Amino acid sequence: MKTWVYIDHFKGQALPASWEAIGAGKNLGTVTAVIFGQNVEPLAKEAFEQGADEVLLVDDASLLDYRAEAFCASLSKLVAATSPDVILFPTTTRGREIAAMAAIDLKTGVMVDVTAIDLQGDRIVVTRPIYAGKLFCKETCSSNPQIVTLRGRAFLKPKAQAGRTGTLTKASPAMGEADIKSKVEGYSTSESGVSLIDANVIVSGGRGVSNNPSLIPPPGLDEKQAEIWRAQQGFTLVKNLASTLGAAVGASRAAVDAGYVPYSHQVGQTGKVVSPDLYIANGISGAIQHLAGMRTSKVIVAINKDPDAPIFKVARYGVVGDLFQILPALTKAFKQSLGK
Amino acid sequence: MKIVACIKQVPDSAAKVVVENRHISWGDAPLVINPWDEFSVEAALQLKEKHGGTVTVISVGGENEKEAIKHALAMGADDAILITDPVLTGLDTQAIAQVLASAIQKIGGVDVAFFGRQAIDNDSGLTPSQTARLLNWPALTLAAVITFDGIRLKVERSTEEGRQAVSANLPVVVSLVKDYGEPRYPSFMGIRKASRAEVPAWSLANLGISAPASVISWPDIMNPPSREVVCEIISGSSPDEIASVLANKILGEKVL
Repeated sequence: MKTWVYIDHFKGQALPASWEAIGAGKNLGTVTAVIFGQNVEPLAKEAFEQGADEVLLVDDASLLDYRAEAFCASLSKLVAATSPDVILFPTTTRGREIAAMAAIDLKTGVMVDVTAIDLQGDRIVVTRPIYAGKLFCKETCSSNPQIVTLRGRAFLKPKAQAGRTGTLTKASPAMGEADIKSKVEGYSTSESGVSLIDANVIVSGGRGVSNNPSLIPPPGLDEKQAEIWRAQQGFTLVKNLASTLGAAVGASRAAVDAGYVPYSHQVGQTGKVVSPDLYIANGISGAIQHLAGMRTSKVIVAINKDPDAPIFKVARYGVVGDLFQILPALTKAFKQSLGK
Repeated sequence: MKIVACIKQVPDSAAKVVVENRHISWGDAPLVINPWDEFSVEAALQLKEKHGGTVTVISVGGENEKEAIKHALAMGADDAILITDPVLTGLDTQAIAQVLASAIQKIGGVDVAFFGRQAIDNDSGLTPSQTARLLNWPALTLAAVITFDGIRLKVERSTEEGRQAVSANLPVVVSLVKDYGEPRYPSFMGIRKASRAEVPAWSLANLGISAPASVISWPDIMNPPSREVVCEIISGSSPDEIASVLANKILGEKVL
């Protein structure tokens, strides 16, 4: 099957799920990596080393910044000329959007956030979580190209082969700058840290992290401010463990809604759905909408005062106790054993 | 300004959802407005409050879709349209986007169409961008901040790397993320007004289109594989002892 893989990147830095998509594409047939941007030719070299047989490169000033209409138009034009059977995208903000729009241009459909791909003749049958993983469904698409976005960390990243090369084809963009209706006005970066979606390890905090009665807030705070101050002290313990383990920091919806941490940290049905190798839940009771977002993690560890908290039902290891005592001790123990 | 908010009704996020005989069941959990669509209605109302105009809510579904619509009306939307037709069951997102784009065109003169980033049932997150593509309008998706200077509408998009500020002239499609800010609660007066509101039902014939074709099908829906874990409770005489036992157990799992 003629398979294309869209390489999502930010300022020339590929998102890891792009390479995982090449890995998934190699199981279907020859892989053409599609790269859009300006001064992104180094990505073509990387794509060959990751296993791409061919690279289609559109390198143009109009593609310096991601804009849905311009990126989608170039993709649709290239597809119309070459008719691939399958197009794989990483399920990133950009990947999902280009896939969505290209499906309209090409009169086909998209299967989103897929965790497994099977082949049945010339059709692919995918498995994808719905209801944030409370259910799974099989999906198939009756028209070509069959467009699929792949969930991060669901497919293996290929082993890079240094010096591997292939055919590089350059194409021109479909839209001129004057025809693009949207304009990028700037960027502001988020607080630095490991991205939840790509993280191997996530350390999360919930409502319980504000619950340390022995902490005396500074004078002059009202009740709500004092609660948030307490929660910030608690999240410092969560962050300390996370930085020791090179982990991302997660949070429950309760913690986000209470204003303890920004929404970008939220794990669950209305936050991010994650599947790390290790998930450490601190002071999180395990509401169904949180469990939906993390239950496929390989190893789950729960630290909670309440022995009946539902989080223990999905956990491999549990500590019934005071996270304000356990967390610093756990950070210390890992620092010793990991030699940090 | 003529503002539209597209909403969907879904089982509450606290619902325990299971498959029984290929049928999705959420027990006695309530059907509610999709949580992300509350941000869409909120953004629509705030834009109207600053720049004047009307907010019309559109929803596709059966007669029971009206709970979500009533919620949006109670929040302050001016009117609502329910698009309902027997042929609309089981359509894929591409087909639903065609229905919504047709409705937006039939309303006519729409400046901004708001959406939530995705619905918490299907989780596809495709509909806002697909509707925009069909209308040939710019899609300013995943908006956390929205400003309008009278000519250009600017959003700060929430992406993996942080925020990307993008602007375009009207008409535009905007989809919302939770960073936008808390949606308002319906007021008592709003609830009374909503309970009396007449919601016109449009069929596909009213929209002047035939049933759009779906290309995606769902051969199977499954409950997730059950998680066979027995939780090992770590105890000890001191936090240090518990922590050192737990750290060794985790290291033994070879996940670090």
